[in-house]
Amino acid sequence: MACVSPDGKPTESGAKMLRALRAGSKFPEEVAQETGLPLFRVRSGLRELSQADLVVEKTGKYEITDKGTALV
Amino acid sequence: MEETKEQIGHMPRIGEMAPAFEAVTTHGMLKLEDFKGSWLILFSHPADFTPVCTTEFMAFAKIYPELQKRGVELLGLSVDSVSSHIAWARNVEEKTGVKIPFPIIADLNKEVSLAFGMIHPGQSKTETVRCVFIIDPNQKIRTILYYPLSTGRNMDEILRLIDALQTTDKHGVATPANWRPGDKVVVPPPNTQEMAEERLKQGYECIDWYLCKKKL
Repeated sequence: MACVSPDGKPTESGAKMLRALRAGSKFPEEVAQETGLPLFRVRSGLRELSQADLVVEKTGKYEITDKGTALV
Repeated sequence: MEETKEQIGHMPRIGEMAPAFEAVTTHGMLKLEDFKGSWLILFSHPADFTPVCTTEFMAFAKIYPELQKRGVELLGLSVDSVSSHIAWARNVEEKTGVKIPFPIIADLNKEVSLAFGMIHPGQSKTETVRCVFIIDPNQKIRTILYYPLSTGRNMDEILRLIDALQTTDKHGVATPANWRPGDKVVVPPPNTQEMAEERLKQGYECIDWYLCKKKL
């Protein structure tokens, strides 16, 4: 996992994405712009964060969950 | 002995959509669709910790900033494991100071290699040959290059191809032999006699009605 460590905590890039979502839900393109990470990394990272219940996707936008907020 | 389809896989062609995949990489699980909207160079190499491949990876890393300026991502592939890729990338950085900034697919089960026709049993039954697939933002294959195991790739040509393809898409023109950015481009040939006659009055540099060039 590139964005979530085996212990369930976000990696550095995962935490960057979570912090970018603290202010509100965003499209992957907006997260990429804010974090400076390549779009492909953001898309795959958000997918991983979603599988770990740290973010949730609603109609293309991602928002941070309470579990995600507690980790950053 | 004749090779089976299972050993060779599918041979994709220019103009076809790139085969979708989900693969383990040094940057986590990546899908082809994660690259949608960007140009992508998917390239394979025979094996980690081999001399020609090491020179190629250093060369790809060197042109990566230029590729990024053009909206192009790089994705390497071999049938080695992620641990091997990580160890090799770290070794390259330690010995040469060159950091490998792009992901590398660990195609242990050869799923991606076979989908892209990267295994050529006449060269090696187990390793991928040196392939380059240039995939456009709509995920269509626009260029395919195959190099033998013994010959390292030419980065200038890969950059030139990207420039040529992007120029073609932007301006609806073709590019002549040995074209470089800034050179004249080829105006598409006319489809009717009327268009052929009009073309000669348009101030293009024409050898004849079917071969006209212009400056962009």
